[in-house]
Amino acid sequence: MTAATDTFEPSRAHQTWRRWKSRGMSVLLGVCAVAVISPLFLVLYFLVSKGASALDWNFFTQLPKPTGELGGGMANAIVGTLMLLGMAAVVGVPIGVMGGVYLAEYGSDRANYWIRFAADVLNGIPSIVWGVVVWALLVVPFKTFSAYAGGAALGFMMIPLIMRTTEEVLVLVPQSYREAGLALGIARWKIITVIVIKTALKGIITGILIATARIAGETAPLLFTALGNNFWNHNLSEPIAALPLQIYNYAISPYDDWHRQAWAGALVLMGMILTLNIIVRVISRGHNKSN
Amino acid sequence: MSQSAILPEATPLITATSHWPDRSFRWLAIGAACMILILIGLVGWQLSRGAHLAMTAFGPGFLTSSKWDPVTDEYGAWPFIYGTLLSSLLAIVIAVPLGVATALFLTEMAPLRLRQPIVTLIEMLAAVPSVIFGLWGIFMLVPWLRDHLFQWISHSWLGYLPFFKGPIYGVSMLAGGIVVAIMILPIITSVSREILRSVPNLQREAAYALGATHWEVIRIAVLSYAGRGIFGAAVLGLGRALGETMAVTMVIGNRPEVSASLFAPGYTLASVIANEFTEANSDLYISSLFELGLVLLVVTFLVNAAAQLMLRTLTGQGMGKIK
Repeated sequence: MTAATDTFEPSRAHQTWRRWKSRGMSVLLGVCAVAVISPLFLVLYFLVSKGASALDWNFFTQLPKPTGELGGGMANAIVGTLMLLGMAAVVGVPIGVMGGVYLAEYGSDRANYWIRFAADVLNGIPSIVWGVVVWALLVVPFKTFSAYAGGAALGFMMIPLIMRTTEEVLVLVPQSYREAGLALGIARWKIITVIVIKTALKGIITGILIATARIAGETAPLLFTALGNNFWNHNLSEPIAALPLQIYNYAISPYDDWHRQAWAGALVLMGMILTLNIIVRVISRGHNKSN
Repeated sequence: MSQSAILPEATPLITATSHWPDRSFRWLAIGAACMILILIGLVGWQLSRGAHLAMTAFGPGFLTSSKWDPVTDEYGAWPFIYGTLLSSLLAIVIAVPLGVATALFLTEMAPLRLRQPIVTLIEMLAAVPSVIFGLWGIFMLVPWLRDHLFQWISHSWLGYLPFFKGPIYGVSMLAGGIVVAIMILPIITSVSREILRSVPNLQREAAYALGATHWEVIRIAVLSYAGRGIFGAAVLGLGRALGETMAVTMVIGNRPEVSASLFAPGYTLASVIANEFTEANSDLYISSLFELGLVLLVVTFLVNAAAQLMLRTLTGQGMGKIK
């Protein structure tokens, strides 16, 4: 009997131990959190310290120099990346937004379940697999690597991202808006385009920008589609340069000057992606306030 | 009488003006949604079509053969499957404890003012492209690992284990695992955080009422409640890790060998495709690379589907909004 009461009465030493263990674990969790975000600072630090010194006017205005010559820039790669992103948006935005419209406005629960599931699966397909598939689809039949193929590969990757974000913001539009439209005898498609999409436009644009930021740094799908190019290219059915490709090629090359430029390219790419993210934040902050 | 006379006139007036644009808009939406399914079919079809030649030439032995020799035109996938699984497993072993600990810190411990900034930083980490991690990996991480961490491991008692034997090159399976771990940390952290936030406060309050310390509340009330969801988060991270391409290619050493040592260079399915696809000069070579892509697709599909189903049953919806 006395033994049982003893076990219910924790000793003072045990209490102290429990308290210290709790404190120790809090510190440990905090240290883990610091460990998780520290790679970000390490990467950004080296990007700035290594990249900034290699950034100059030539980097933005000149073509890459041939092997062995110092200097040159990545002007064509910067423009190429922007062109590829534009083409990706042409493929990804209409399909993604309309798919989101279907999920939010038309689909039955059952159909939506499977389409969402498919979108999540599609989102999980490794980017290198997209490269191989688009190569078989658009490079082999036309017998040439092309900007079109690169843009399509990136566009396909955008579709599930935009679809899910579009659906999420459309669902937030109050049902009474749609009912009001129907009561006035407005056609369904006009209600969706003029009332629902217009109300949710900020959110849709945010989703598109997030998707663009996600694919802007993709390299693997471009390796055998856009291929890369050391010159200006105004013909979309030919290989085109892209910033991530150029960074990769320069990083694995044996030349110090190219390594220097790879850091500069990475800094520019990171700057582009962070700018997109900041724009998203500014837009969505305004969105939250207006609500 | 007058009512029923008005209605038949009024109804056609509205439908006549809206019928065909309404229908075509609806079909556009249906078509866009179907594109998702078509794309999945397209990916599977193109890969299996491309892999057909290698499948008929090597049969199922392709998966277990360790020979990868473009000169004699003989190909086997085992070194790449091994490298992919091992590097992803390493990444999971490193990233899951760190990610879950960070999620716990964010939901249970951190002062409120600190939470949003940390979440923002983790989102920024997720935004860093693979190729930039690779660049940083080649020039900063790998040299540091080679000169410091790996030296320290091989000189400590750990060096007697078979995983840490052999020469140190820097580029290695372990370096690949570490880079992938960094890249999947954001998703594991954010999904775990979402799971932890769904733990009802009543659970925590009950544990506190019994006199539990802060850590005991986390262990008894929060972690045991969220265990399955965190497992789902880990599987989702695994799905990402398996498909990682650029950063791994740049630090793993790209040598098709099966070695027990984590210091030895390895090769993954994704990186062999990235490296050798444009150089492949025979039909069988290309087809073998296609089959590697197919293996990668099937594995990531199964892992991702499992993760989605696990998380879906828990939260009532997919984790699509968590990037």
